[in-house]
Amino acid sequence: MLGKLDWSAIPFEQPIPLGAALVVFLAAAAVLIWVTVKGYWPYLWDEWITSVDHKRIGVMYIVLAALMLLRGFVDAVMMRTQQVLAIHGPGYLPPEHYDQVFSAHGTIMIFFAAMPFVIGLMNFVVPLQLGIRDVAFPTLNSVSFWLTATGALLVNISLVVGEFARTGWLPYAPLSETTYSPGVGVDYYLWSIQISGVGTLLTGVNLATTILKMRAPGMGYLRMPMFCWTSLASNLLIVAAFPILTATLAMLTLDRYLGFHFFTNEAGGNQMMFMNLIWAWGHPEVYILVLPAFGIYSEIFSTFSSKPLFGYRSMVAATLFICIVSFMVWLHHFFTMGAGADVNAAFGIATSVIAVGTGVKIYNWLFTMYGGRVRFDTPMLWALGFVTTFIIGGMTGVLLAVPPADFMLHNSLFLVAHFHNVIISGVLFAAFAGFTYWFPKAFGFRLHEGWGKAAFWFTLAGYVLVFVPLYIVGLLGMTRRLQHIDMDLWTPWLVVAAFGIVVMIVGAACQVAQLVVSIRHRDELRDETGDPWDGRSLEWSTSSPPPFFNYARLPHVENEEPYWTIKQRAMEEQRPGEDESYEPIEMPRNSPTGFVTAFFSTLIGFALIWHIWWLAIVGFIGAYITFVVFAWREHGDYEVSAEEVERIDRDGRAAQLAWLRRRERVA
Amino acid sequence: MSDITAGSAARDPYRVGRSGGHGHGGHGHGGHGHAGHGHGLLSATGHGQGGPASKFVTVAYGFWIFLLSDIIMFSAFFAAYAVLSTATAGGPSGKELFELPRVAAQTGLLLTSSFTGGLATLATQRRSMAATQFWLLVTGLLGAAFLFLEVQEFAVMASEQAGPSRSAFLSAFFALVGCHGTHVGLGLLWLGTMMAQLWVKGFRPEILRRLHCFGLFWHALDIIWVAIFTLVYLLGASP
Repeated sequence: MLGKLDWSAIPFEQPIPLGAALVVFLAAAAVLIWVTVKGYWPYLWDEWITSVDHKRIGVMYIVLAALMLLRGFVDAVMMRTQQVLAIHGPGYLPPEHYDQVFSAHGTIMIFFAAMPFVIGLMNFVVPLQLGIRDVAFPTLNSVSFWLTATGALLVNISLVVGEFARTGWLPYAPLSETTYSPGVGVDYYLWSIQISGVGTLLTGVNLATTILKMRAPGMGYLRMPMFCWTSLASNLLIVAAFPILTATLAMLTLDRYLGFHFFTNEAGGNQMMFMNLIWAWGHPEVYILVLPAFGIYSEIFSTFSSKPLFGYRSMVAATLFICIVSFMVWLHHFFTMGAGADVNAAFGIATSVIAVGTGVKIYNWLFTMYGGRVRFDTPMLWALGFVTTFIIGGMTGVLLAVPPADFMLHNSLFLVAHFHNVIISGVLFAAFAGFTYWFPKAFGFRLHEGWGKAAFWFTLAGYVLVFVPLYIVGLLGMTRRLQHIDMDLWTPWLVVAAFGIVVMIVGAACQVAQLVVSIRHRDELRDETGDPWDGRSLEWSTSSPPPFFNYARLPHVENEEPYWTIKQRAMEEQRPGEDESYEPIEMPRNSPTGFVTAFFSTLIGFALIWHIWWLAIVGFIGAYITFVVFAWREHGDYEVSAEEVERIDRDGRAAQLAWLRRRERVA
Repeated sequence: MSDITAGSAARDPYRVGRSGGHGHGGHGHGGHGHAGHGHGLLSATGHGQGGPASKFVTVAYGFWIFLLSDIIMFSAFFAAYAVLSTATAGGPSGKELFELPRVAAQTGLLLTSSFTGGLATLATQRRSMAATQFWLLVTGLLGAAFLFLEVQEFAVMASEQAGPSRSAFLSAFFALVGCHGTHVGLGLLWLGTMMAQLWVKGFRPEILRRLHCFGLFWHALDIIWVAIFTLVYLLGASP
């Protein structure tokens, strides 16, 4: 009846996961009770859960990402403390648990923290920057989000029901085959990644279509903001790379469930094929994350230097160069496979060459600041912290791209330090920068600067203190994923790294404090003009938060910096643009399709993990019925009357006019 | 009206009366509708400055991108098959297993179903319910016959101790061909649902968009089958 599921799945004898699960469960229960008592369910259901508004979905993605970021960070703290406490001793995490912790850390950080954060920012910002009212497929967007949330939920269920994979963030075969991993850990991994992967793929299709087919009148390709360009590149990479992940994990699933022999030791299976396939997705994935981050930095360097982005066209070219070359370097993840000197050399050169595209970007950012009036607000601090530290990560990457060096450093903590160096400054700092930068646009008030700056400095200091020692112990020969340590040579550096993670905890606390303080003081931090940073692209031309239709009239774009032009003209003419007549518009109707789909895919995923076949069938039938009900609905759109559009738009315009008047007096 | 009058003005597909696959629902004949979309693109400057595209164009374009991603997924299965095609582990090879007459029949059925699918599209453009339903039904029956032969082939192989667990070669074969078969099966489910919907609701804009996407999907499965037919069966059965 319940497949492999019974009471032994609950880890009663292990206090740490059980305690963690209890805390999570109590926190979730407290939130649910609070929402029920306050009577927020109708609001949450109507305005958020069933919303197909790209802005709301973007915010929900970021909430999910922030929660998962905390979860992954807890795993990181456990790993750092374990390695200090387990010098000449067992530490507090037994090996089978420690292996789950590092596997969950990587899986959660990449798939459920970094990806949703980046996708959330793209979701929120791209349609606003393109000057349109929503993405190409709004309901599909909601489905994508809820599928991602399903994956995250399944990973977290594994904390208390069963176990998570012990195979690392990529389940290398044959270790991940049933022979060596008979438990449900790898199955949790497979189904949560497959389900959220479908969501990511649909997002890629959605946003690529949006950017290629739905720009405001006049916005030619070479007038798109840089963030839209990098988002386009990233989403094209999603469309091109994620199907490879789907296929690879499907093959592993067939091996595990139906006795296929893709990657097994026996009957002709080929383990190195798993490496090749998984990294054919895995390396583009790196750029799926970092390209939108580069776009965020481009926006921030330009805005906070009060200058147009330097070398716009070279930036576009560098983005597309990286987009294409990212598919030609995957073998550098396993130079030690033994493909031969010629193959290794080709991939080593391709890997070094990709740094040229990134180098072009770095110089463009530096020249954007040169001669500008640079303002050191929190987003700019994150961007400056990125440029200074990312270069180190980039250079160690070029070092690792040299195959003989890689043979020495392969799977060492030097490698671990390298990819954390690039991904933390590249993606995480960009996520925080973008979060601070666009937060006023989403909620109508700024984040508190003091707490933001404190968060930046603590996070930066902690990050340097953690990863510089890891570079050093890597050079001293320490390999990754060690559960206990017998080398005294490494001890001082591991202690420094553990101290660094304490500093990072302070940084994380500052982030939380920033959010709390900002919400409590939201009236003082209110942004009335819709343009708190003196921005240059279209998203700053509408009010904060934007009306649900974004723009009462689609803006007309005449150059690369449309809002800057509108603003200059408005200041010259002393009025905020032309008053035109309003017209009724059509907007997509909210739909519970995404949420219901997620419900059934959670059932399917859980049932397949535990071999509860009847429940899986029920889930599939439910998903099909959901699909038919959605397809059968009578009206997908509804009409917003011209008067309604005018009423909503008038407030925003009044605020902008007041701002103009104030500016006039100052001048 | 449609794009023809609005093409020169600021193109706002959200404006009431213009969105929702315009150029199809209102027109008497579909050919004109397609011309309308073409006009919308032609009025642009050639630098992508014409404003948001119509819903029909956006949906079809998005579905194309999805199909490309699907083809990439198949390419991973093709790559795995290429790597493992000689890893028979002492078991039977393709030369011993593949029965080309059945595969030829399958190919004939699937390619014919694509042709009848095209006839359904022509009937849709004439807005002929009876002809559209008839040709869609024929398309579905041909697809089901194809699927029947595939299942039969799998059953025969499994009964000869040549199932997917026998060797890595057979794993890759069953996964690749089975993935295509699953697509055909899901396509049939989609087709049946859509035929019912078309019967109840008639030629509405959203149903016309879905019919168009189904056509793209069905033809894409043909392309993949031609690759399977050539790379798996013909190469596998040849000495």
